[in-house]
Amino acid sequence: MDIHEYQAKEILSSFGVTIPRGGIVYSPETAENKAREIGGSKWVVKAQIHSGARGKAGGIIVCNSPLEVAQATDKLLGKKLITNQTGPEGKIVNRIYIEEATDIEKELYLGLVFDRSSESIMVVASTEGGMSVEEIAKEKPETIIRSKIEVAVGIQNFQARELAFGLGIEPELIRRASETIIGCAKAFSELDATMVEVNPLVISKQKQILALDCKMSFDNNAMFRRDKVSELRDKTQEDEKEVYASDRGLNYVSLEGNIGNIINGAGLAMASMDMIKLAGGEPANFLDVGGGATPEKIVKAFRLITMDKKVKVILVNIFAGINRCDWVAEGIVQALEKIEIKVPLVIRLAGTNVEKGNKILQDSKLNYIEAHTLEDAANKAVAALK
Amino acid sequence: MAVIIQKDTKILIQGFTGKMGTFHAEEMIKYGSNVVGGVTPGKGGQKHLDRPVFNTVKDAVQETGATASILFVPPAFAADSAMEAADAGIKTCVAIVDGIPSHDMIRIKRYMRRYSRKEKMTLVGPNCAGIISPGKSMLGIMPGHIYKEGRVGIISRSGTLGYEAAQQLKNLNIGISTSVGIGGDPINGSSFRDIIEKFETDDETDLVLMIGEIGGPQEVAAGEFAKENMKKPIVGYIAGLTAPKGRVMGHAGAIVSAYGESAVEKVELLKECGVTISKNPSVMGETVKEVLDRK
Repeated sequence: MDIHEYQAKEILSSFGVTIPRGGIVYSPETAENKAREIGGSKWVVKAQIHSGARGKAGGIIVCNSPLEVAQATDKLLGKKLITNQTGPEGKIVNRIYIEEATDIEKELYLGLVFDRSSESIMVVASTEGGMSVEEIAKEKPETIIRSKIEVAVGIQNFQARELAFGLGIEPELIRRASETIIGCAKAFSELDATMVEVNPLVISKQKQILALDCKMSFDNNAMFRRDKVSELRDKTQEDEKEVYASDRGLNYVSLEGNIGNIINGAGLAMASMDMIKLAGGEPANFLDVGGGATPEKIVKAFRLITMDKKVKVILVNIFAGINRCDWVAEGIVQALEKIEIKVPLVIRLAGTNVEKGNKILQDSKLNYIEAHTLEDAANKAVAALK
Repeated sequence: MAVIIQKDTKILIQGFTGKMGTFHAEEMIKYGSNVVGGVTPGKGGQKHLDRPVFNTVKDAVQETGATASILFVPPAFAADSAMEAADAGIKTCVAIVDGIPSHDMIRIKRYMRRYSRKEKMTLVGPNCAGIISPGKSMLGIMPGHIYKEGRVGIISRSGTLGYEAAQQLKNLNIGISTSVGIGGDPINGSSFRDIIEKFETDDETDLVLMIGEIGGPQEVAAGEFAKENMKKPIVGYIAGLTAPKGRVMGHAGAIVSAYGESAVEKVELLKECGVTISKNPSVMGETVKEVLDRK
């Protein structure tokens, strides 16, 4: 789960990271007031969306008066920002963060991620802040320094110090820099985060160490014990169909193609999408109804797929194990008594009682195309497009 | 021999009396697995499915001599249960449950470092279908009848894609020595590498079919290990050619975030390690057959 910049800042601030003064607003009027409240003579108006690269998309505006702050807020609110991370449909701006402008002396990069190879938390830092970590890795790999956190004991002072010295930070600022790094590491461990990124972490002309932009992601599997974090979810930043799916216990990812899929199991779903691609088609989605493929889930899956207007063919691929094909077939027949399908439907059943399952489908009034192997199913789905 | 579980392996069910535990314990018993009892804290002393229920894994191991267990406990309690099994001397523990937080998985693995290599429990999963040695024993939730007894080892992150492979092999009259589902999470108990190593020394396995997917470094790590250390051929398939970067594809671990984690890159890297790649998921069985026929 992702959260907004201002939310990540609030969290990190409570862990001892210094952030510029700022506040969240929902209208131009409050924006103007907020700017006066913050004081100073220069402000940054930042669109809050779940994406990086907002600056290039026009989502960050520097202003020289409270009036300009109000105008910039007015311009951004309700707008859809398209960045290289949002996809062509963009993301809607519903919240604006007003922040005092910072006199930047130096921009650094600080990130924490799960390292799957060493099965620990890895701190990644670089002197080249402001660029994405991918860009840094590509263009200035020699500037990257890493430190592995032993999760049983957490980050140690010396590790933070080593990183801070490694970033070339001057001696009188080392303590604050170390505290910043330790704060991020504590937030990561204590809140079940999967990613913390401060980019840029800046040294201001006034010799402050400030988190200028922050990002945090959290482990969805841990939300049962993170009430406060789960409250930060902003569904307006997620694909509407993906929200519908996640609320109903389905694993769904919206894609660009036109062949809709209903499949049980994530691996089989990915494999079926691969087959569609190899057969010359493009999948409209990833949808895993769960290994069990219960009739309730199948009904929900059909409702979800029919919401997607770009779907021109639906492919159902169920490998029934414990749950038997005849039972799955009955589930499909019942589902399609309730939901009208206007596009061709290809169904492939496999596994336990496959003959019985196919017989039930054949004997029903269902208008569908029967398939037998993965390849057969993908080929028939692509052929049905024409 | 088969790997990890044998015909007589004594099995405990952790979370025995719950709905999931009961259902799958029945299936395992029907298959012929040697289920000797189970654990549900607070229900010790009762009988369930004609087998004793214990309060702790330690009690259960003492009374029954069990060496394997399978977890059917909710995600929030799974880490605790796995560590309890390790501490009680269980040698193989399968965690079926989907939804264990990554931080908990790291905790389990750190906890297990206190045991010597010889004493250490093999944790398989989480978020997996479990283990089956066809004709001998099933420590999992798979449909046992689609697995024919034979000499191919299977390791799969995905459950249903593993079933698909077993079915394709069966249709070609090829059997399986052991199939191990290692699970779809970013951090799991056993890696591809851990399991191929076991297959290499198993005299009942001739070839290993490795079914991977996008995300993480595991498949390639196994390939590199195999290149140096394995004589048995490996056939591989990587799911997720069409998966967009940075999105989680159902399995918490199926996300491309670094170089070498996409399906295309993994396939290339595995080929360099001498792994024969199944060109699509529909021909996993045929690819295994071709490699076996070549021998």
